[in-house]
Amino acid sequence: MNLKLKIWRQKNAKAKGGFETYHVENVSPDTSFLEMLDILNNNLIHEGKEPIVFDHDCREGICGMCSLHINGHAHGPDTEITTCQLHMRKFKDGDTIVIEPWRSAAFPVIKDLAVDRSAYDKILQAGGFISVNTGGVPDANAIPISKKDADESMDAAACIGCGACAATCKNGSAMLFVAARVSSLAKLPQGRIEGARRAKAMVAKMDELGFGNCTNTGACEAECPKGISIAHIARLNREFLSAKFKD
Amino acid sequence: MATLDSKIPEGPLAEKWSNHKAHIKVVSPANKRKLDIIVIGTGLGGASAAASLGELGYNVKVFCIQDSPRRAHSIAAQGGINAAKNYQNDNDSVFRLFYDTIKGGDYRAREANVYRLAEVSNAIIDQCVAQGVPFAREYGGLLDNRSFGGAQVSRTFYARGQTGQQLLLGAYAALNRQIAKGSVKSFPRHEVLDIVVVDGKARGVITRNIITGEIERFGAHAVVMATGGYGNVFFLSTNAMNSNGSVAWQAYKKGAFFANPCFTQIHPTCIPVHGDQQSKLTLMSESLRNDGRIWVPKKKEDVEALRAKKKKASDIPEEDRDYYLERRYPAFGNLVPRDVASRAAKERCDAGYGVNETGLAVFLDFKTAIARLGEDVIRQRYGNLFQMYEKITDVNPYHEPMMIYPAVHYTMGGIWVDYNLMTTIPGLYAIGEANFSDHGANRLGASALMQGLADGYFVLPYTIGDYLSHEIQSPKVDTTTKEFDEAEKGVREKIAKLFSIKGKQTVDEIHKKLGHIMWENVGMARTAESLTKAQEEIKELRKEFWTDVMVPGTNEEFNQELEKAIRLADFLELGELMARDGLNRNESCGGHFRTEYQTPEGEAQRDDEHYAYAAVWEYKGPDAEPVLHKEELKFEAVKLAQRNYKD
Repeated sequence: MNLKLKIWRQKNAKAKGGFETYHVENVSPDTSFLEMLDILNNNLIHEGKEPIVFDHDCREGICGMCSLHINGHAHGPDTEITTCQLHMRKFKDGDTIVIEPWRSAAFPVIKDLAVDRSAYDKILQAGGFISVNTGGVPDANAIPISKKDADESMDAAACIGCGACAATCKNGSAMLFVAARVSSLAKLPQGRIEGARRAKAMVAKMDELGFGNCTNTGACEAECPKGISIAHIARLNREFLSAKFKD
Repeated sequence: MATLDSKIPEGPLAEKWSNHKAHIKVVSPANKRKLDIIVIGTGLGGASAAASLGELGYNVKVFCIQDSPRRAHSIAAQGGINAAKNYQNDNDSVFRLFYDTIKGGDYRAREANVYRLAEVSNAIIDQCVAQGVPFAREYGGLLDNRSFGGAQVSRTFYARGQTGQQLLLGAYAALNRQIAKGSVKSFPRHEVLDIVVVDGKARGVITRNIITGEIERFGAHAVVMATGGYGNVFFLSTNAMNSNGSVAWQAYKKGAFFANPCFTQIHPTCIPVHGDQQSKLTLMSESLRNDGRIWVPKKKEDVEALRAKKKKASDIPEEDRDYYLERRYPAFGNLVPRDVASRAAKERCDAGYGVNETGLAVFLDFKTAIARLGEDVIRQRYGNLFQMYEKITDVNPYHEPMMIYPAVHYTMGGIWVDYNLMTTIPGLYAIGEANFSDHGANRLGASALMQGLADGYFVLPYTIGDYLSHEIQSPKVDTTTKEFDEAEKGVREKIAKLFSIKGKQTVDEIHKKLGHIMWENVGMARTAESLTKAQEEIKELRKEFWTDVMVPGTNEEFNQELEKAIRLADFLELGELMARDGLNRNESCGGHFRTEYQTPEGEAQRDDEHYAYAAVWEYKGPDAEPVLHKEELKFEAVKLAQRNYKD
């Protein structure tokens, strides 16, 4: 396959960025999208040009490190996958592909296609945990948990923290990310104890960090590589309201 | 001069850890506040250690190369974590888990460490459940288990096909709680480039800020390496792209001994290589072997038809299929250990029965399981793995069997540690995959997660206290001393040298060459000849690298080519040591298969008389040969035997 690529280049966080056009040739349809960028970078180095910086690591869709807006979609045109799992067979020979970093006020661009997502860590540090120390905990089977609750908790826990939800949301809201963590723990008896406090602390931190409000457009769910449902946002809202009510 | 003292406690095997814990020293809360610990890496080992040490009251600094601690490659572990809970009432026990692990490792691991691992395994499951890890459950609300290779009991706990992710999110949450409290300070996007040793003790690190290129110094009373394995020396592996062996290699060059570097695990069930543009390989979890059956055709004409795409797997009738693992190993069938399954796949493909165009693939078939259990049950158990397979290969595994082939996955070898997990440099610890101690010559499935968390939650927090109890009078480490100056200078010179070469080959191009040398000569089957050849070729390639590599840009920016170049420079030395170690070990054991040493049935032929030891290498300088030390492995609780998975 031969492709034309319009890629966002930006020297550093302070510099003004812009699109540059590149061409890659003879790419196998079985190649992954990031391997296609590897090929481009290898060519650029040989041409004496600076390779394009993009975040990636596991390349099997679980670490959450890769990002990219591809033709206007977070993680590209395919559904329920990350960019690293996208393969070139989803494109046609001769296509023009536009590649941009996440666009969100809370995720500033660091260089080219890499952004700073440390805001997500900060939200989880505000309360995305159960307050237990190592050791001194009960036997794992001491508290039976219904399979349904455990499964629903796992559905929410599948979030990989990639940032596609906030980057897709027109308001730049991180509600799906926050809801996934709150909901995952709220479905378990051991997580219920701090449920209200957790929801309040994480939402407050999200607001403080410059994420926008949720207006229930559902765009986040559509672009989530792990198919996290916006039903979790409803659960977060319930947790949040009950916390406010108790205040 | 460092010596090799394993510090295995006296007494009966089952009492060693309790006795040891009872006798080692502890540090008072007031003194813990005065002590600094650096943890490098935030996978299961690093995150659990940093969180636990922070909870205890130490001042912890934790470093990772990714943008968040949650990205460490433990996140990608799919299948599960072992523990000796015996929840299934199938007669599991601490001893059985210990025995299976020692046997699975082909009798090349240290008994005392493995027993301790089995002993603390149950506490890990309790801990994870308390943290909110959503393990799979039965309808009655209790935890579910499944089976993994090398075991005849069901002792593997799992969270769909994302167990590593869920365990890491648990450890990461515990870490986040400590970061919020201020007991742990997190440094993401920081790469440790050297370990600083002062008066014979590990006292700090030199780091590079990956975004700005700033070189910084950090001091501490102890340093913990939780940096994972070095499988990326092969270029293509199931490791994450940024996984590397550089911290371990710097530690080796500073005096930490390196043990059994040739022990590499080749995982039997990975998606086959598709072409030369490929950057990494994807694992299909071992858990699939609970329900998947591995086969190749019995008839060569069917093989030809498959390769020519004139037939599909489903066209080949049952009687013409060779379920070769069930045929060769009736007792364990498809659940033989990884090294055995990988070699058997290679044997069939070498004999000409590989089922794809490259001839390097076998089938993993769910037809029988789908007929028995229904597609829904299979989807529930492995849905995300099936989806991943389909996205990569464009083949629907509910209808056609998966194609799989072995790939580099894990390194059992690593930095030598004593029973306390301390390296030969006092104050420097190595935990998880970075050390060598628990898996011998072959790791059993679902045991890596167990070891990472055992070390981080329940072993290191105790043993490091014993060392630090002698450090309570030590002041804050001064990072302006000549040792820090020299280490920083070395790092800056190495980076400057890399930029100055301005050669014609990119880092990846040279890395692919190294990978090729390693896979062909230090891979699934090795010979004295191939290992000798590999050492010569790596030496040549290293010269090529240092005269012809091309690293664009500058240090003072986000420069991913520079990061890769620094790591490859180390792989180009580490690969040679792996080959040297393989050549020294004139036997076959576990993942180390020397073609010259096999039984008449083609199984690994150990030589316990001459090689029942850990081969421990000491660095002697850039132009000197490393020196081999031997840690004799004493087996008191188990009897050395030829591994038997047949009956």
